Amino acid sequence: MAGTATQTIDRPARANLTGWLYVMPLAVVLVPFFVAPILVVLAASFFSTDGFGGLTPGFTLSNYAEILRSGLTLNLYLSTIKFTLLTLIFTLVIGFFVAYFLVFHVRNQLLAIGLFLLCTVPFWTSNIIRMISWIPLLGKEGLINDALLATGLIHQPLEVLLFSDLAVVIAYVHQLTIFMIVPIFNAMARIDKKLIEAAVDAGASRLDIMRLIVVPMAKNGIALGSIFVMSIVMGDFFVVKVMSGGGSASVVGAFYEDVGVLQYPTAAASAVLLTLILLALVSLILRTVDIRREITQ
Amino acid sequence: MSGATSDPRGGSIAGAQRAIAPRSGRPWTFYVLATLFALYVLALYGPMICIYILSFQDVRGGLVFPMKGHSLHWFVDLFTQVRTGDVKGSFDRSIKLAILVTILTVVISFLAGLGFRRRFAGDGVVFYMMIGSLVAPGLVLGLGTGLLFQALGIATSWYGSALGAQLSWTLPFGVLVMFAVMSRFDDAWEEAARDLGASRWQAIWLVIIPVLAPGLVAVALFGFTLSYDEFARSLQTAGSLNTLPLEIWSMTLNVTSPSLYALGTVTTIVSFIIIGASLGTIVMIQKRRGGHSPSSERSA
Repeated sequence: MAGTATQTIDRPARANLTGWLYVMPLAVVLVPFFVAPILVVLAASFFSTDGFGGLTPGFTLSNYAEILRSGLTLNLYLSTIKFTLLTLIFTLVIGFFVAYFLVFHVRNQLLAIGLFLLCTVPFWTSNIIRMISWIPLLGKEGLINDALLATGLIHQPLEVLLFSDLAVVIAYVHQLTIFMIVPIFNAMARIDKKLIEAAVDAGASRLDIMRLIVVPMAKNGIALGSIFVMSIVMGDFFVVKVMSGGGSASVVGAFYEDVGVLQYPTAAASAVLLTLILLALVSLILRTVDIRREITQ
Repeated sequence: MSGATSDPRGGSIAGAQRAIAPRSGRPWTFYVLATLFALYVLALYGPMICIYILSFQDVRGGLVFPMKGHSLHWFVDLFTQVRTGDVKGSFDRSIKLAILVTILTVVISFLAGLGFRRRFAGDGVVFYMMIGSLVAPGLVLGLGTGLLFQALGIATSWYGSALGAQLSWTLPFGVLVMFAVMSRFDDAWEEAARDLGASRWQAIWLVIIPVLAPGLVAVALFGFTLSYDEFARSLQTAGSLNTLPLEIWSMTLNVTSPSLYALGTVTTIVSFIIIGASLGTIVMIQKRRGGHSPSSERSA
């Protein structure tokens, strides 16, 4: 690495070295705790088992054949996709308008930041606790049923409120709307307000501004939020398990049951399948948005 | 909400808001969206407040309203009953683990934030590894980590495998926060320090860290709370001794008394103390800098 020719490549080489030195600790954690576990699961999906938790190294596709042939798999995916879509729709609509309100309607900037923090505080508390906190409201003798009974709208307590698909969606929306609010808020806050003034001066209606300026410019935030919500719902099992009262299943829930009875290879195969589907969906979204530019700019 | 017109900084923003909101007061959309916002906040906090209230019932208490008496019975029950599990021990472990995770998250995210300022060969690999770690199903990663430790013959433990598994969750958030923080850091400040004779480490210690201090507190907040509440990745990696969320999880499956709510109240108080302390520290640092620094001007 000596001589005049290296003069030109010397600087980038040094920059590469410094860059790698800085991110080395991050890589040192992610390789054994993200890359390796994924590879282990991938490997296990091709192994066979003795049924008692022991894995026999080998190469078999029977685990995949088993889950693909099972009619249950399709149902699991349909159920998971249903929850994902419903959650996406509700978190997107609520998140978009909450962010829009904070950025464009709250005139005092300090107040806007304060209200924004008010939305984010629960994110830093326990998800499980926030989930079970719906029990006193949605239960058969919960507040909502009591209120409805008192007003005479219903005469029998509604049982669909808790331990149902409805409860699952409520819990998801409750937990995940913040993942939409933050990126959309960030994207909207970057919109130059002069642009909107100019649009108004040029005669744009409020709908035009929303359609032609706000939505296109918040698109990246929406994409980022959707990736978060989608990957969390598809990777979740405890909300479905607790809030549906065992009535609904999910892909990861079935995975958890498999692990519980030490069926590691089928669990691994199902996990690989899920990861592939998730990857495909995420990269579909990533085609429309340069996530790295969006995050680092 | 009256400060808008008297706010000297809000000039162009207030102008734009008038553009959306015509001069004749607030448009109808303001009231619709304000109502939506209020309902959202109510739905966000309402249920949590219900369980805090219900956790203060006496021995006759149930899982729903109305309140049956007032006492601290279920809190005492929580820490004395064996049937509800080892709450005290898991609480202790979760706090220790969260402190470890916080320290590592702050240091590693800070360094990564410095590294990602400039492009270098292979930076995309690390970046997408991090995004992958963020979106991968936690339970699957946890199982993979558990199987890996099993294959290597290392016992899983909360301070070993679970620590690593939690870092794979907290670090992406920490680095993302660092990206937001670094985007407001002017590299000229570091260059100026170097020009004045500071070594690389002096520039970091004496310039970058003090300037970024509020952001680093935010990273710490994410590190602590995400670890303290982490569940899916710890499930297969924590070994024989539970962390607090695992304890809560097993309680949701077999405890149907208000002690579950009492535990919820206790753990949320801890979370609120951490959040309050972090936000308070950030505000204090900003204030000591004399109002709004250039970075906060540009922030929103």
